[in-house]
Formats: sequence, C-alpha cells, structure tokens
Amino acid sequence: MSSRGYEPVIGIEIHVQLSTKSKMFCADPTTFDAGDNENVSPISAGMPGTLPVVNKKAIEYAIKTGLALGCEIRKKSVFARKNYFYPDLPKGYQISQYDQPICESGTITFKVDGVDKTVSITRAHLEEDAGKSNHSGDYTLINLNRAGIPLLEIVTGPDMRTPAEAAEYGRAVRQIVRYLDVCDGNLEEGSMRCDCNVSVRKVGAPQFGTKVEIKNVNSFRFVEKAIEYEIERQIDALERGEKIVQETRLWDPDKNRTVSMRAKEDAQDYRYFPDPDLLPLIVTEAMVEGFRKELPELPIARAKRFQAEQGLPEYDALVLTTEKALADFYEETAKESKNFKASSNWVMTELLRELNNANKDITDSPIKPKQLGRMVALIDNGTISGKIAKTVFQEMWQSGKDPEVIVKEKGLVQITDPAAIAKIIDEVLAANAQNVEDHKSGKKKNLFGFFVGAVMKASKGQANPELVNQILLEKLK
Amino acid sequence: MELTFASLSEISDAVKSKKVSAKEVTAHFQSRIQALNPKLNAFTSLNQDALKDAEAIDARIAKGENVGALAGVPFGIKEMLCTKGLTTTAGSKMLSNFVPPYDATVVARLKQAGVVVMGKLNQDEFAMGSSNETSFHGNVKNPWDLERVPGGSSGGSAAAQSARLVAGTIGTDTGGSIRQPASFCGIVGVKPTYGRVSRYGIIAFASSLDQAGPMVSSVQDAALTMEAICGHDPMDSTTSQKAVPQWSKNISTNIKGMKIGVIKEYMKGGLDADVQKTFDDSLETLKKMGAEIVEVSVSMTEFAVPIYYLVATSEASSNLARYDGVRFGYRSEFKNLSSIDLEDFYGKTRGEGFGNEVKRRIMLGTYCLSSGYYDAFYNKAGQVRRLLTNQYLAAFKQCDAIVSPVTTSPAFKIGELVNDPLTMYLNDIFTTSTNLAGLPGMSVPFGMSKAGLPIGIQLTASHFEEQKMLNVAAALESVSPVKGKNPHVI
Repeated sequence: MSSRGYEPVIGIEIHVQLSTKSKMFCADPTTFDAGDNENVSPISAGMPGTLPVVNKKAIEYAIKTGLALGCEIRKKSVFARKNYFYPDLPKGYQISQYDQPICESGTITFKVDGVDKTVSITRAHLEEDAGKSNHSGDYTLINLNRAGIPLLEIVTGPDMRTPAEAAEYGRAVRQIVRYLDVCDGNLEEGSMRCDCNVSVRKVGAPQFGTKVEIKNVNSFRFVEKAIEYEIERQIDALERGEKIVQETRLWDPDKNRTVSMRAKEDAQDYRYFPDPDLLPLIVTEAMVEGFRKELPELPIARAKRFQAEQGLPEYDALVLTTEKALADFYEETAKESKNFKASSNWVMTELLRELNNANKDITDSPIKPKQLGRMVALIDNGTISGKIAKTVFQEMWQSGKDPEVIVKEKGLVQITDPAAIAKIIDEVLAANAQNVEDHKSGKKKNLFGFFVGAVMKASKGQANPELVNQILLEKLK
Repeated sequence: MELTFASLSEISDAVKSKKVSAKEVTAHFQSRIQALNPKLNAFTSLNQDALKDAEAIDARIAKGENVGALAGVPFGIKEMLCTKGLTTTAGSKMLSNFVPPYDATVVARLKQAGVVVMGKLNQDEFAMGSSNETSFHGNVKNPWDLERVPGGSSGGSAAAQSARLVAGTIGTDTGGSIRQPASFCGIVGVKPTYGRVSRYGIIAFASSLDQAGPMVSSVQDAALTMEAICGHDPMDSTTSQKAVPQWSKNISTNIKGMKIGVIKEYMKGGLDADVQKTFDDSLETLKKMGAEIVEVSVSMTEFAVPIYYLVATSEASSNLARYDGVRFGYRSEFKNLSSIDLEDFYGKTRGEGFGNEVKRRIMLGTYCLSSGYYDAFYNKAGQVRRLLTNQYLAAFKQCDAIVSPVTTSPAFKIGELVNDPLTMYLNDIFTTSTNLAGLPGMSVPFGMSKAGLPIGIQLTASHFEEQKMLNVAAALESVSPVKGKNPHVI
C-alpha cells in the first residue's frame, strides 16, 4: 500500500500471557479474579532474601509457541535483570531475557484478503509481568497479583506494510496460542497486549523512517485503526516539513487518535545484566523434540487438510479452523456423520448462529458433536428430512437429548411409504378440487408448489419431499 | 561439663540424654548475653521466645522424638538472615522495622536440627564493610581488645562466638566476611563452596558471591553445623544437587602425604610481621606433620580485589533497588504525599535509609552496569573471573588445599581505617578470590600477635572438597597456640 507516495513500515510486539497455574518464578497462583494482593507471597512482593525459581511449564509453553512460529529454540538462554524504579515493580528490576532469548528467527504465514502473507519473527523471550498501580485521589494503590505472571514477548521484523496486515498478524498469533492452549488470547483481560511500531518512508527509499511506538492496544480492530491514524499523522507531518520524533504513543479509542505518552529522549538505561540468581536455562534437543511431538495440527495446516482430504471449500475450511475447539467439534461431527460438507454446513450455520445468539463458547454447546453427527446421518439415511432436521436441531439445543430420542418421542420419522404418501395426496387433492381443475386446465400456472406445501403440511412435514414431488407429478398429469 | 566452652555435640548429647535441659542451656547463655553484650554490642535483638522454644525441644525429647544433631544448642544468627517474627535489619536503617514473615532456609534447617535461636547478630550495613563500623546499630567491639574492631561484616557473629555468648553462630561471606572476622576474633569460620548452602532468605548483597557458613569455636563444630545447613534447596536454583557428606565423622588430623599449595603471587611481602610469622609457622607445622608444600601460580589473584568490587557493587546496586519505601522497610516522612513526585519519594527514602558505604557501592555498581561501561567493567570482570577460576582449578590439580594468610594484619583499631575505604578494601586481598571462583574457604586460629590478638590461617580447596580443607584445618587446630586462650572479656 502506498499513500501519497509514502510506504508504511510496521513491526509488532505482542506480550502473550502464558496460562500457567503459577507465576514465572514462584508458586503464587495466577487466577484472574483473585482479590487485591491475594496472589502475593513474599517472593511476589520482592521481600528481602527471596529468590526466583523458573516455572517449567512456562518454559514448555514458550518452546511450543516458538516451534509453532517456526523459531529456532536456543539450547542455552539467559535471564537478565532489567533495572528500573517503579512502585509496581517490586524488586526494582524485571527478570527478562535480553541478548539470549529462548526463541529466535521464526516466521508466520497468514491470509490477508485471501492472499498469503509471511512475517518474520525476530525473537520470542520470556519475562515476568509487573504489578498494577491504581490511582485514586491522593493515593496510589498497588496490586501485585499480576507481578511475576509469565509473559512471552513475540517480536516481528519490520515486515508489515498495511494496517490490515498488522491486525491479521495479531489474529494469527492469537489463533496459534489458543490452538496450543498456552494463552486464552483474551485482549480485554490483558492476556495479550500489542505494541505497534510504525514508521513511513517515501516509496523506494532505502532507509526506514523514524519509528513511533503505539503501546498497549487492546483489540486487533484498534491495532488497525491506530496504525491507520498514525500513518496519516506521520505523512501529514512530513508533508508539512516536520520531523517525526521517536516517542511512545497511546491509542485513544474514544477520540479515534493516538496521543503522545512520552518522548524517547528520556529513555531509561536499564543496566541489563545476567540475573545471578538464575543459572542459564539449558534446553536439550530431546526436550524440544518431545514438545514438537506434542504440538497440535496448526490452523493453516488443518484448513489445507480440510480442503484436500475432505473436499471442503476454502471458505468453510478457514471458518472452521479459526478456533481449535471449533475445528475439533466439526471433525468429530463429520467423523460420526461421514458427511463432511453437510457437517460443515450444520456447524457453520445453525450451530454457530445459536452459539452466537446465546453468547456461548463452542465448548459450552448443549449439542455435542456426536449428536449433531448422528442427526446429519439421520438425514442421509432418509429417517428425517432436512426440514424436520431443523426441528430436531432446535429440540437438541433446548434439551440436549439425542436426535434418535427426539425423533422417536415426537414421531418425526419421515414417511417414505409411497402408498401412505399417495393417500395423503389424494386427500389433499380431494379437498382442493377447484385448484386441481385450474392447474390441469392451465388456468393458474404455479400451483404445483401450493400442492407440495399442502401435502407437507398435511403430513406434518414428515413426508419424504422427493416422493411427494414424484407422486404429485403423476397424479396431476 | 562447663557449658560455656562445651562443643556443639557435647551440648546436644547432654540435652538428648537429659543431663541438662535445653531450657537450662538457653538460660545459661541468656545470662552471658545479658552480662557481656553491653560491652560488645554483638546482639542487635533477642528472641523473646527462646526459653519457650527450648522447652518445646525438651518436651519433644521427653516424648522420645528425634530432635536432630544440634538439639538444644543455642545459636546466634547474623542479621543478614531472615528469621520469622524476629527483626532482620541487615544492619540498616532501611530495614530497621522489618520483621520477616518467613525463615531463611539456613535458619529453618538449623531449627530442624534442634537449634534454639537466641537472637540476631550485628553486622556491617548490608554486609558491606570489613570492620563492622557501618552498622545502623553501632560498631561491635573485639572481645580480645575492646578498642579494636571484630572485623566485618559478620563482626557480631565473630564477637558473640569468641566471647561465648552462644555456642554457635552463622555468618555470611561475600568477599571474606566470615573468614576475616573469624581471624580477628580467634574462632573458626567456614565459607562453603558456592551452591552448597541455600541463599533463600538471606538478604542479598552480591548474589553470585554470597554464601552463609558457620562461625564457631572448632573445626568439628563447623563441620557439624555445615551438615545441618548445607544441601540442595528447591527455593534456590543455584544450590547444588550434590549430596552433603558427613564431614564431622570423617575429620582426620593425619595429613601425611597431602600436598599443600602456596600461591607464589601472594609471597610479595607487605604483611604485618605477626601475620607473616603465623603464616611461616603454619607452613613449618604442615611440613612437620608430613605434608608437602608446593608452589602454585594463580596470577589472576592480582586482580581479585578490583574484580570483586566491580562484581559485588554491580550486583548490589541491583539487589538493593527493592528498598524503595513502597512495600516494607523505611520510608521517609512526607507531609503531603500527593505533592511529592516519584523521584523525590525514592531519593529521600533511599538517601535517608542507606548509610554512606552502601551509597558509595550502589553508585559504583550503577556506574559499572550503565550502558557504555558494561563491557569495560562488568563484562570484563566476568571474563577475568573465569580466568581466575580456571587458574585455581589448574592449581588444584597440583595440590589438595591452598594455605594463605587471611588478612594482612590482626584486628585494627576502631576508627583507624573508617575514612580510608581503599585501604579497607585491600584488607580483602586474600579472601575475595575464593568467592570469585566459588571455592570453599575457611579461617582457623593459628597465631597470637605480640599485642595478644589472635591471627587466623586461611585454607581453600577445590569445589566441593570441603573435607580436605577441614582436615588440614583440624591438623593446624590440634597444635594451634590459640588453643585454650580466651578473650580478655570473658
């Protein structure tokens, strides 16, 4: 994309909160809904004498994420101290990885408007979160529940060129960490936080422009909007002959613009050095290979398989693979029904609509995939019609009962006996003698549909529609 | 048994066999503390529940329970170690009101072994000092001469042990802070191999150097105490998984055929005559006992003091950042908090809470780590440190243990060096390199100055070879002229 002869250059840093049960360097719980400072031991509070001990699960999650992003996993990574003073930073330093991060040099490929886009991952490093300051009148109250929660910071190269690419990148990372089950991907609760680095340069210019960082954007829609705004702001400034200052800005969603937070001139000297309380983190090849084997099939590969092996259209494949739980639901449904496309249709349309209306997650669906699969099979083997299936589906949604039970209880079995259908047709035709005459004489043209409807109504929807068509055609000759 | 001078195992055995109750032992030492501490200023606070704790041990013994190897033995703990419910100030105004909600692993293990914690012992502020003159609680006096320093930073531990206010003490050693005061006060002090002892709950000074250890009256007592406190701790990932040997059972004074190294770069003179004589005597004694003296080269020791001060101050500047007045410890008084900006808040609190020596080191460390200087200082120090360690490892291929003086002189006078930090820093010349290399080191009393002050001899061994070091120390101890001599204050 170029705008007024300028080309934007965008890089993203995403802080992914790893969903471990305990913190990065101690056993304190990570529960989101805990009371103020409830998840705080002497270690989280940075009390004198306390020491950090690495959380193994966090290492596993970091390595799995790194592998899913095609990264190289460092066999020896180092935790460093990032020293700065802030009231919600208990130790006076944050433990983070600096020059030797656990994951490096990866790539991620995702679709933007139907086209594949590949972005390089420079690094992904582990660190601990700080606490939270709540300002209230004359007081600032510190909540250290977040302090020490494990974060994986994923940093891209300056590879994105449009706001849409940046937003899609974020969604792709979110999809992956949710697939891996290492992060719930909840941006509103702060489980993922995005910092966007944006600069512009004249098309063809060899050097990057001065970059501006937009910090803590908490939705991908806002990522797109903030970057859009920032690009225009920077181009306007350059066109006016101004210089872009390196600074940190914040997105104000109410005013739809970015505002300056602090200039980089007063940037801190963090005095990084290897944390002497933690030995270098050594990861063996066997560990990495073990985690690689545990990786689930990732969304892009899965969508490709749905197309290639199951003959689903690309649209279906992409929708069904947005969430691992949804893809799992679909696959289990299809396994039961043995009808891929029909299963896909039922999951994508009826089920997703109901879930959406009820504001429910796929994992909370009252209809289980096996039940839905068996319902699809009931259609395919002629037990129920597609129309009745909608009634069955509604009943399943309400009661959670098995489709066979519903069909039996409500007597919804399809009438496939031609004689029985012929009988119903005869009754309908007899009751509508005038219309039969009008139809046969050609007085009115499209009465066939009327008869079908009347027959279906008379059979309470249970008559096999194909047979109804066939027999009716004969009778009306 | 004269309780005051009894060994740890004598006390423990007597308590276990009910010859004496833990409560009586505790009361005996409490009366000693009461009588002598006003002269020495070794204790900063006392455990008000000590008698109750002792009663609990007696009750367990009455029930036939196994109460551990140090049952009923009264110990004093350096202020650097956190003790649950007992003030732990690190000798600083900054922590003058700090009562830890937990025990350091070392303290927990001592309690597990049956120790009665009698109280907390004075020290240089945040363990920064070689004379115990930087403590917020005032200086400690040397029991051998009340006008002299006990050494630092574990001066309170050394003085309390030397005057037998307790049966055993714990100190910490970052650059010699166990060995130097042990030498000045005529007791045995051991800094085990880095990683032998958990640092959990020990207020951090320089994390890659700090190690706690016993400061007691004999090599045997040191071994017994080490057995209680050493070993892997899941709360400290720098602790070693190596099994803890039963040093106390294996101590042997037979050193025949052992090779004892002397670092040739140390033999350049500049030693006080009494110290020189003590050192020469130790070599003669070792030879007489059948050991072979070999010369080894550890040329990097020349840089040990500067490297030490770069590493220690850098780590300290970071470790001491948490004392900001926000969550615990000292906070400056502000009339109107809302009108104070953050930098003023930190500046005033830290400006008032820290003493001069601590400030000096924080500034040095901050400078060493700052961008543009990191490579020239901290990083370079790390490289030389590795070279030094490698030289030591090579030296230990030629010998079983290395013998050297502990300090350049016996205890100096209070106030003598307080305005001369550089000379004070050079006092650590013989002790710092073992911390930098992570080696075990100890001081054993082996000489008396003409003025009647004790002088120690330093022994070091290769990593996790504490037994060799203890054996050589025990051999020297068996013929030490300090044996049977007690400080004047007793």
